[in-house]
Amino acid sequence: MSNVNNLSSSHVMSWFKFSSPSAFYPLAGKMIPWFWALTIIFGAAGLWVSFFVAPVDAVQGQGYRIIFVHVPVSWMSMFIYVVMATWAGLGLILNTRLSAMMAQALAPIGAWMAFLSLWTGAFWGKPMWGAWWVWDARLTSELILLFLYLGFIALQASIDNVRRADKAGAILALVGVVNVPIIYFSVKWWNTLHQGASVSLTKAPAMAQTMLWGMLLMALCLWMYSIAVGLMRVRAIILEREAHTDWVRQLNEVKH
Amino acid sequence: MNAFTAIVHRDLLLVMRRKSEVLTALFFFVIVTSLFPLGIGADTALLRKIAPGVIWVAALLSTLLGLQRMFAADYADGTLEQLVLSPNSFTVLVFGKIVAHWLVCGLPLVLLAPVIGIQFDLDVQSLKALMAALLLGTPVLSLLGSVGAALTLGVRGGSVLMSLLILPLYIPVLIFGAGAVYASNVGLDITGHFSLLGALLILALAFVPWVSASAVKIAIE
Amino acid sequence: MWNSSAEFFAMGGYALYVWCSFGACAVVFLLEPLTVRVRHQAIIRRLQREVLAEQFDQQGGK
Repeated sequence: MSNVNNLSSSHVMSWFKFSSPSAFYPLAGKMIPWFWALTIIFGAAGLWVSFFVAPVDAVQGQGYRIIFVHVPVSWMSMFIYVVMATWAGLGLILNTRLSAMMAQALAPIGAWMAFLSLWTGAFWGKPMWGAWWVWDARLTSELILLFLYLGFIALQASIDNVRRADKAGAILALVGVVNVPIIYFSVKWWNTLHQGASVSLTKAPAMAQTMLWGMLLMALCLWMYSIAVGLMRVRAIILEREAHTDWVRQLNEVKH
Repeated sequence: MNAFTAIVHRDLLLVMRRKSEVLTALFFFVIVTSLFPLGIGADTALLRKIAPGVIWVAALLSTLLGLQRMFAADYADGTLEQLVLSPNSFTVLVFGKIVAHWLVCGLPLVLLAPVIGIQFDLDVQSLKALMAALLLGTPVLSLLGSVGAALTLGVRGGSVLMSLLILPLYIPVLIFGAGAVYASNVGLDITGHFSLLGALLILALAFVPWVSASAVKIAIE
Repeated sequence: MWNSSAEFFAMGGYALYVWCSFGACAVVFLLEPLTVRVRHQAIIRRLQREVLAEQFDQQGGK
């Protein structure tokens, strides 16, 4: 009986030890190459399906292939925001530095995803609907999401006290994550009210099986990419923030 | 006199001693709305169309101007710290500050709006809708604004940063508020917009004072 | 599917849009990890200098 308890508690303890930056730094270093490998595998498969398997679209010709990047980066921009807010929230509640550092590491990745969503959306809209920008619900919400990311990054950059920056950023991210559904709903409402944009980028071509596979593979590729770059960045952040600790000074890369 | 009334009374008293700050924000509202006809042209049909959006955006911007004052002065002279340490619930005190801010920055906008609306040739029904929408919406602006003000307390370049943080959060209020006036203009049903504005107000009242209080405490410690 | 590589690059007339989209993504996904690596190397170099400086101090500045 007591053996079972010891086993489960030691199992839990072994995971919690990675919440300290000194233990997480080498672990992250070992994980990064694996995630890059997965990124390349999924990316190759995704691009193969996007260009050589998915058929031509009847209405949009070859131009529709942009959805194989546009939709994945849009999904990732929203997914990363939620993950970032979760890490930030955990850091606030549990008072762990590493959680806040993860949130800080993820923010630029998400912001770039949001930017690419807008860029690819524009390059898709121009040939299909004749305009570089349409105020449809999805693109407009994506623009607002980019503002939320930039606000988070700007707030953390402008507060000198690191722990205060962590907590203030966490509050902003949590307020943002609650507001994103409200904003999306209000933008959809606004869209239907004004009836101006009869075009909608949400009217994607009718999905062939292969098209869905292409998007899923590309999305997986971007997910692995985000984890890889996130781990890389958090390692740099850890070193910057823990610069005066012993374990950093003892690192192999620093001693040589 | 309980803590809430005391704080509201105190903030109002402080504002009355510096009336110019408040009046400049209102003056800003009037000037900005006047810029649009000057920039776009005096075609009344066009003005009637853009009036809801223009008046609401001007209301957002002038609320932002007044938000600097909510916590900054008390933070600078140490009063805010005393308020945090006081035995009264800090959330109630923050709520009192928000109410005082709304009385000074939001309510005058509600009263001024019909005058601006007339400049844009809005009909009486739309003017009533405008006042009602602003009455429901400006408290939400003060509430959400307090979060931004608290997060950027004492930060370099805080006022511009605060605006960048808060404006995305203001968008739903803008959409439903301006939408209500637009719908009234065009003859559509306005109850949907008002229910949504009311829902936003209730949500904000329930959660925001506590969030702002936490944000202030983070800024102070 | 594609009869020639020229056809592939032309993308049925949509070449500009398709390649600018994929191209922008490629640029970002190459540059972002590079900038993170630069940041990492910069902090490592800074730490190396600090460790050396401390060692120098400890040796009494001989």
